Amino acid sequence: MRGGQGAARAPVIQFTNCRILRGGALLREDLWVRGGRILDPEKLFFEERRVADEQRDCGGCILAPGFIDVQINGGFGVDFSQASEDVGSGVALVARRILSHGVTSFCPTLVTSPLEVYHKVLPQIPVKSGGPHGAGVLGVHLEGPFISREKRGAHPEAHLRSFEADAFQDVLATYGGLDNVRIVTLAPELGHSQEVIRALTALGICVSLGHSVADLGTAEEAVQSGATFITHLFNAMLPFHHRDPGIVGLLTSDRLPAGRHIFYGMIADGIHTNPAALRIAHRAHPKGTNTLSGSIAPMDTCVRHFLQATGCSVESALEAASLHPAQLLGLEKRKGTLDFGADADFVVLDDSLHVRATYISGELVWQVEEARP
Amino acid sequence: MKLIILDHYSQASEWAAKYIRNRIIQFNPGPDKYFTLGLPTGLPRDHPESYHSFMWNNFFKHIDIHPENTHILDGNAADLQAECDAFEEKIKAAGGIELFVGGIGPDGHIAFNEPGSSLVSRTRVKTLAMDTILANARFFDGDLAKVPTMALTVGVGTVMDAREVMILITGAHKAFALYKAIEEGVNHMWTVSAFQQHPRTVFVCDEDATLELKVKTVKYFKGLMLVHNKLVDPLYSIKEKEIEKSQSSKKPYSD
Repeated sequence: MRGGQGAARAPVIQFTNCRILRGGALLREDLWVRGGRILDPEKLFFEERRVADEQRDCGGCILAPGFIDVQINGGFGVDFSQASEDVGSGVALVARRILSHGVTSFCPTLVTSPLEVYHKVLPQIPVKSGGPHGAGVLGVHLEGPFISREKRGAHPEAHLRSFEADAFQDVLATYGGLDNVRIVTLAPELGHSQEVIRALTALGICVSLGHSVADLGTAEEAVQSGATFITHLFNAMLPFHHRDPGIVGLLTSDRLPAGRHIFYGMIADGIHTNPAALRIAHRAHPKGTNTLSGSIAPMDTCVRHFLQATGCSVESALEAASLHPAQLLGLEKRKGTLDFGADADFVVLDDSLHVRATYISGELVWQVEEARP
Repeated sequence: MKLIILDHYSQASEWAAKYIRNRIIQFNPGPDKYFTLGLPTGLPRDHPESYHSFMWNNFFKHIDIHPENTHILDGNAADLQAECDAFEEKIKAAGGIELFVGGIGPDGHIAFNEPGSSLVSRTRVKTLAMDTILANARFFDGDLAKVPTMALTVGVGTVMDAREVMILITGAHKAFALYKAIEEGVNHMWTVSAFQQHPRTVFVCDEDATLELKVKTVKYFKGLMLVHNKLVDPLYSIKEKEIEKSQSSKKPYSD
């Protein structure tokens, strides 16, 4: 990665006249970047006795960490689950186009597919750093095929699977290997799922619950086995019931392991979830909210809709799209934050949270047409 | 002396800030003409990060000063007296301090020149009085054992050499010190009183700080506020200065 002797000679850029999201608040501060990382200007001043090599006026805009979308199935005519010879270009196209939505890192998502598709497609989606070419690929999100028949949604029924006796081997055989895999969504009511969850978690893969008819008890067991995420809360799961809240009940469950935090994705496009439902979830568990685009709506549209629907603070809405996904994936030291030392992936937003420009590793990778500095 | 009395702490701060700004702009600094601003060391040694953080967060990060042009006494230097002597040399090399801005302690000290400090002292290592140690405890989580007992400080003589001195005094707990500083004699037990012998001093305070002064003193200086306010109004700007250069220059009020 970056860093080392070369970094000290790299130019220092100071972004001025802006408000930055840091520590959960919008502060009137300058953002300093060097060598693709956020720089501590105090150290630069007192220890290196240097000033910025370049200053860029941000016109009073908001600078937020780049958005991270952990569930995106394709877009712009591309479907990641399509077995094509050149999945790579499809991913690259989407990666480039979502820069204009403020997304700087994402997890290409595959829905339930036949074995051949997994075996063909997965090796073609390596983890990749972002840049002018497009948002960074953090790893693949496998949504299925180990999900519930009743809650399959738009997933093809023919390719649903359940775990055989040697469950983990079954998983490996289905996917053809777990390199490049970052998140797996499964239904915890399936037999042998707990051991699969434990095995995947041990490999550092994030396990998510979704497309499931599990009751709260089963869901809690899954979390105890290592699950940390809920895929598109409310959609493709049992509705909240006051005597058995189902997976939704995880938001306020008192049977989660100590110190463990459950995250949940919500598609805040105004269609998949009623605003009242968004509010209930967010108010019940604000630190777990992850904004997903998931469908057709761009990520920044979802952030704006989430802000408007829940009436939450701007800081909260921005964290739901950046910090929380980073925390989910254990990347919060480098991504989803503007703390010193983090990767300089950030997005310039106006007060109504429209994206004006996107930066990856301190480099401008997209900006809105009229905004010529 | 000019004694500027404002109603509240925030107004006193604002007046002082405007005055300093006007002074800098009127001075017309440039690449060959530096305006040297003197500030007292805020914290004793062994807390260098906090002091640097304090200066960074409250001053340096808001302006475009080059780090080369900032000089902070280093409490961790190997030879402390040499560090102090070098500091005095740096001041000379910069052409002397144009304006020194400081506050006073409840015991009337300026910088860390505690009661009993020589009124002609220079930059040196100073042992702190118990009052000061107690006041500094808040920077060390209230643990008195952790508070350093020594500090590097500019001397009274060093500050007296500045071409102008501005002292900020706010709050009732400083009222007695202000009284001793300006209504009683020059005395090394109240080191701020040394500035009675400086040709150009400005004391900026709020109402509470005047509580121990004679009504006569307060009324006199309040009456002068109309005149003194001309020092901050109009508020100059660098851009306007460029335009003004071609027109006749306005001489600011001075006594």
